[in-house]
Amino acid sequence: MRTLGFLAAAGLALTLWDVPRACAQSRSGGFVPGQKREAEDPAQIDRGKKIYGIGCRSCHGADLRGGDMGGPNLLRSQLSLSDKNGENIIPVILNGRPGTGMPPIPMPQEDAKAVAAYVRSVLGTIGRQGMPPSIGKEAPSIVVGNAKEGQAYFGANCAGCHSATGDLKGIATRIKDAKALQNTWVAGGGRERRGAAAAASKRRIVTVSVTLPDGRKEQGRLVRIDDFLVSLEREDGSFASFRRDGDSPQVEVHDPLQPHRDMLSRYSDKDVHDVTAYLVTLK
Amino acid sequence: MNLAIWMALLVPALVLGQGKGVAPAELALPLKEGWPTYNGDYSGKRYSALRQVNASNVKNLSLAWMARLTPGVGNTQTGRRGFGGPQVRTIIGGEGSGDISAGGGTIKASVLYVDGTLYLTMPDNAWAVDARDGRELWHYFWKTKGGTHIGNRGLGMWNDYLYMETPDNYLVSLDAKTGKERWHKTIAELDQGYFSTPAPIVVGNHVIVGTGNDIDAPGFLQSFDAETGELQWKMYTVPMKKGDPGLETWASLDAARHGGGQTWIPGAYDPETKLYIIGTGNPTPAYTTGTRGEGDNLFTCALVAVNVDTGKMAWYFQTSPHDMHDYDSAQTPVLVDGMFQGKMRKLVLTAARNGYFFVLDRVTGEHLLTTKYGTYTNWAKGLNEHGGPKFDPVKNATVPGALVSPDSGGTVNWQPPAFSPDTGLFYVPEVNEFAMFYLTDVDPRGSMGLGGKEEVAVGSAGNYLCAIDYQTGKIKWKRPYYGGDGGGGGMLATAGNLLFASDGAGSLVAYDASNGKPLWNTRIGRITNAPQTFLMDGRQYVTVATGDMLWAFVMN
Repeated sequence: MRTLGFLAAAGLALTLWDVPRACAQSRSGGFVPGQKREAEDPAQIDRGKKIYGIGCRSCHGADLRGGDMGGPNLLRSQLSLSDKNGENIIPVILNGRPGTGMPPIPMPQEDAKAVAAYVRSVLGTIGRQGMPPSIGKEAPSIVVGNAKEGQAYFGANCAGCHSATGDLKGIATRIKDAKALQNTWVAGGGRERRGAAAAASKRRIVTVSVTLPDGRKEQGRLVRIDDFLVSLEREDGSFASFRRDGDSPQVEVHDPLQPHRDMLSRYSDKDVHDVTAYLVTLK
Repeated sequence: MNLAIWMALLVPALVLGQGKGVAPAELALPLKEGWPTYNGDYSGKRYSALRQVNASNVKNLSLAWMARLTPGVGNTQTGRRGFGGPQVRTIIGGEGSGDISAGGGTIKASVLYVDGTLYLTMPDNAWAVDARDGRELWHYFWKTKGGTHIGNRGLGMWNDYLYMETPDNYLVSLDAKTGKERWHKTIAELDQGYFSTPAPIVVGNHVIVGTGNDIDAPGFLQSFDAETGELQWKMYTVPMKKGDPGLETWASLDAARHGGGQTWIPGAYDPETKLYIIGTGNPTPAYTTGTRGEGDNLFTCALVAVNVDTGKMAWYFQTSPHDMHDYDSAQTPVLVDGMFQGKMRKLVLTAARNGYFFVLDRVTGEHLLTTKYGTYTNWAKGLNEHGGPKFDPVKNATVPGALVSPDSGGTVNWQPPAFSPDTGLFYVPEVNEFAMFYLTDVDPRGSMGLGGKEEVAVGSAGNYLCAIDYQTGKIKWKRPYYGGDGGGGGMLATAGNLLFASDGAGSLVAYDASNGKPLWNTRIGRITNAPQTFLMDGRQYVTVATGDMLWAFVMN
């Protein structure tokens, strides 16, 4: 959540452009954690993991997400998910599943019970949205663009406001992670370190000018606006608000970030990747 | 006077009598004085025939009362807020141990208005509230076993009985007069990641129940007997065995059986064809195709028409074939009888989370119109031969990042739209957020659930309340959401030429339904459910919720 520093200091709740997005079914507050899973005995998990490594891993994968030999992902298996104490998993281990390629894996009942405990312990890590507990392969670098073409794009589209030797000097040193750098410039800032952020937030203050029917003009930092009201803070720290009725009074909002928002629909992904490839060179 | 007319007159009279509850036949009538089901009536229009409050006098609408509802045990409204009156009766149910605290609740429910009483929910909680002063009559609290507590969309009602779904997947039936539990039934397995948010929809003696799940699990719709709670039928939204239709659109049967297509928003019902029409959720895994293959992944992200007596699918139309952005098509479909290309037709309209608007024939499922209403929607290129958008692979989550609009929250999310037959306009949020979608799980097996990607919001190109002409699919007018946010809870259209909706900046606003002119507002905070209206003691009320507060406005 971004807020304008000075308004936050004045103790105001700023609503304009700063309210977190209302929520997808898959996000938003008010959760209790997913269903409670009983903690497993660490010794059982350890033992189960060893036995899994011997008897199950080659088909179901080291991370239980399925293997080269065709064993299904156990972390989304409804049978595993519902297992409480081996009652679902043990019979499958010992008897196999005819017609599916799952053979019986003979082992003592106690060993099968330990494997079930191990499977449940991993299931306890997937969370309420089925996130894989481990990523099998590291994703490669996000920097894939052409720095030269990025520089040309920057010259043609960004240089009106930004400069590699001015505000963006050393940007890749300030934001070392290339993904963070890409997110920051596409969004128009907001992710820089504290010192820089203070300067940047000044540049990002939204202002408004209100022209009243009698010709009087009021200007200041925008506090809030809707169809019925516009509120501003004047230079001297005092506040003013005006009732809006259609086009009266005349209201002009100046948002320094608007050019960035206008660009969002114009960038191709290649533009984005090229500009990032260029910006990571500005160390 | 013949019997049919006599019956038509008799039914509403019965319903208004104190304590008679909701006669099943009343649910088939167009929305007028009461609000007896999730969308007011079966059509999903959220259009009320009331016109006492109208465009010329809405400026006089004023507060009747507001009430704060406190979920959980031992925090009754009367004790805390000093409204007076007797101690509220709290009835406790549930199979949990009682040691899970879900914290503060938000009213996202549609509120039933029946016989001078309001019935509403938060997850694990149901209330009856006196519609004249906001006083609690009873409070039912369900001790949960867990599950995702993201919201509850409200109650269903059949005669004097209420039905609520719980996050830990029970269908609970209550006596509307006392709040006492009649029975509860398991509707899905909590251990498998299911959680339940929808409002049950009552059709005849069917209580139609959907669920949700974000792990890789099959979606389904179920019908329970309104009296006994016995399961009548269960329809899966993905193929579950060899030979099931749609299996050819998945890489394997195992993929289909973990394919998602959850049913987490109530549908609309057409009494003439006995079809219940509902939108299904995203395929899983949501962001990778390692397991599900390159096919359309039926019947996820689709409008599906189901016969309420048999639970069999009559037709489907996929609004997001092979979805790659968690764009659930779980939006409320709207049933309209109207002119289309010079002919009177029985239509179903939907504006999907993916930024596209669709018009279909609701009897046959025939596709009639597709337009893009999300101005900046960029994840698709053109339409397929059925009229569904064709996904553009470069806009899937990629390692270097794809700049996509809308974000996974969608152009609209769960918020119910409205439709006015007077204006011919369909009212819906148009949220034009952009996000970078990064693929973080490059494992060729594909990821799981909603995992495997990172999504970073980078700004919006402008968010609006928009009014779509259903005959052309073009936007007739739009108003900005000033809060830089989506619209909050949804829409209400009335015969008073009004549209009630959130402005995204903490006000409930009444707009002129024909041209979008803002006429009245009240700044009560972030709106969390759809505005509703009813007639009581000859006066028209408008209700809406902000978090744990319920507000009632009235024309004095």
